[in-house]
Amino acid sequence: MFRNQYDTDVTTWSPAGRLHQVEYAMEAVKQGSAAIGLRSKTYVVLATVNKASSELSAHQKKLFKIDNHIGIAMAGLTADGRVLSRYMRSECINHHFVFESPLPVGRLVVQVADKAQVCTQRSWKRPYGVGLLVAGLDEAGPHLYYNCPSGNYAEYHAFAIGSRSQAAKTYLERKFETFMECTKEELIRHALFAVKESLQEEELSSGNCGVAVVGIDEPFVVLDPKTLQAYIEALDSGKDEMQTMEETGTDDRQSSQVPQEGTGSRGISVGANEDTPTDMET
Amino acid sequence: MSMVFAPCLTETAAPTTHAEPAWSPYDNNGGTCVAIAGEDYCVIAADTRMSTGFSILTRNYSKIHQITEKSVLASSGFQADIRALQKNLDARHQIYQHQHNKQMSCPAMAQLLSNTLYYKRFFPYYAFNVLGGLDNEGRGCVYSYDAVGSYERSGYSSQGTGMQLIMPVLDNQLKSASPLVLPLQKSTTPLSEFEAVDLVKDTFASAAERDIYTGDAVEIVIINREGVRRELMDLKRD
Repeated sequence: MFRNQYDTDVTTWSPAGRLHQVEYAMEAVKQGSAAIGLRSKTYVVLATVNKASSELSAHQKKLFKIDNHIGIAMAGLTADGRVLSRYMRSECINHHFVFESPLPVGRLVVQVADKAQVCTQRSWKRPYGVGLLVAGLDEAGPHLYYNCPSGNYAEYHAFAIGSRSQAAKTYLERKFETFMECTKEELIRHALFAVKESLQEEELSSGNCGVAVVGIDEPFVVLDPKTLQAYIEALDSGKDEMQTMEETGTDDRQSSQVPQEGTGSRGISVGANEDTPTDMET
Repeated sequence: MSMVFAPCLTETAAPTTHAEPAWSPYDNNGGTCVAIAGEDYCVIAADTRMSTGFSILTRNYSKIHQITEKSVLASSGFQADIRALQKNLDARHQIYQHQHNKQMSCPAMAQLLSNTLYYKRFFPYYAFNVLGGLDNEGRGCVYSYDAVGSYERSGYSSQGTGMQLIMPVLDNQLKSASPLVLPLQKSTTPLSEFEAVDLVKDTFASAAERDIYTGDAVEIVIINREGVRRELMDLKRD
């Protein structure tokens, strides 16, 4: 993406029918450290890559509990994500107060999407610079959604966002058909493998990643470092799997995305000109 | 609704300059609540009868609500207001947990309850509350309230229609001789958990004899370091 005369205001259309400010907001998500989500028939697992800004600081919190049955992972401007999670928590609590039942995930996701859309159509606002992977359970079962700064949202079997997410996505694309029948432990393993892909050279440890799980009869919980480390150590037996993956080669600079089931989102290639189709034309 | 047509047998009101309202937003569903705090436990009890006027609405309604891991609220009065109050506190507790990543302590909840009640100072919750639980040191605590939030921590308390029958008995069994007696008494009673539960059962059985709004069954909740336990004892159904 190059600078042009139509990208100053979010309320200015470009002649090619694009809102550049919104696209720049989605860039912010791509620059954030990776977040991954995947689901089975009974569980949804979220995993994040936690990058500390320096050795002296603690890691950014990217996994948030919204309610007992909903949680999120974010990538991008985590400050924006915190604000959205406060909104989501408030909505869940209010819904529960009035209806004495949990807010269905799909409804919450629409509300967040509508909130994001407002910021794409007001000259005095800016779009949220955070992508949310929303994991939740309702009467219909487990769900995983992705909320985009553009105000779009879609449901996924598995998805990854943030920097080096293409590597994780490739892993997920290969494996996602098996996820439905996975147990909780297997799902967490897959999530950790996907995170490993995004980490590339770095050694996976409870210090540089986070995992959260929600399941039928199991409220959303962010795994504590001890439990997480145990899962990571249990991964070692799956080392052969990793080697096969490295041989086939995953090139994460290719940014064209294969659509997940039921969504059909297409990526923006870096350095594209005005004519390339974008996310928003789906 | 029967409350409009029933003969007025409440205490004689002071003469007023305004006309008597045709309709009241409040009703009294009766019942009694008791709580006793021990060294490492707390007993909270309430009868399960819900009435209106001289009728019984149900013999099986719980006046006890667990708000946090360590606090239990028992309330008598207008059950609709009480339900709204419980939901309000639950929502506030959820927010607290999101913000602080831990549950509220019993003393914190006590303050929150007081503030919530005073917030409606000019259209109060018709709720007479007793909050019981364990404080941060694991000692039993009991807080009792009036309808607008004035509260005090003590070793034992009762509220509701049977309060005036039960309180003197508790005073007799549990109260220390005098505040001037040394060593200083802590705000808990020396009774064991078993003795406290026994005392509660006795007081309810006595109150059920004379208070028409108390009876059917008494629900007893005991909190200690192991967790929360429930007992149900039948009372006279007349």
